[in-house]
Amino acid sequence: MTGVANVRLDVPATAKRGEIIDIKTLVAHTMETGFRRTHLGAPIPRDIITTFVCSYNGVEVFRAELHPSVSANPFIQFSTVATESGTLEFIWSGDNGFSATQTARIVVS
Amino acid sequence: MKVASGFAAAAVLPSVVGAQMTRTPLNNMPEVIRKLVGTKAINQGKVKLGLPPLVENGHLVPLNVSVESPMSEADHVKAIHVFTERNPLPEMVSFRLGPRAGRAQVATRVRLADTQNVVAIAELSDGSFWSDSAYLIVTLAACLEELPA
Repeated sequence: MTGVANVRLDVPATAKRGEIIDIKTLVAHTMETGFRRTHLGAPIPRDIITTFVCSYNGVEVFRAELHPSVSANPFIQFSTVATESGTLEFIWSGDNGFSATQTARIVVS
Repeated sequence: MKVASGFAAAAVLPSVVGAQMTRTPLNNMPEVIRKLVGTKAINQGKVKLGLPPLVENGHLVPLNVSVESPMSEADHVKAIHVFTERNPLPEMVSFRLGPRAGRAQVATRVRLADTQNVVAIAELSDGSFWSDSAYLIVTLAACLEELPA
């Protein structure tokens, strides 16, 4: 897939130390299942996001493995403990070399 | 295996609900679950799988899973797997988490090809497996639409 991926993030900008924060992510992607056919009967090849990883200051805190059963424009919600100020990095990767990265800053007091 | 009772119910229910309709065939979900858990027992409880009971559009079904766990270093949820019975592939999505998640609660949106059972299995740090399942009625199916020639 070419072009810059459209990513939406919902991450709190600030948090108290030890607080559990909710993170919502959404990435624009067709998630073509590989089970559909064109009107001429030709199979449409699979093109999905297979992996999503969230790292907190370089340490992996959450990972998801996606299959064709996940809807288009995958939405994933999870939580993490706000341990220290820094950067949350979100990486999506998948078929046909798809890769998208987005980061969010968090200030922990 | 306690989860077997869920599968038995699945075999009975569709014959009532979808008597006049062609059903999407069952996939190899029990086999794939067996591969994941090995010889261990699948316990009922702890896991809560949230899905709407009646789905109008199988393309976009909100799904959430929460597991009762202190999420400490010693006792936490390692992974949450979601399986489907009648989608072309039994694997739906797997989440890997650990004590840094704080709470074992995840949400996403999935596709459903037919009225069917969905099973969530949580893998805990002590090596035990816990599960919950939900039965959904889907009026507009995803994945398998046939376009006119």
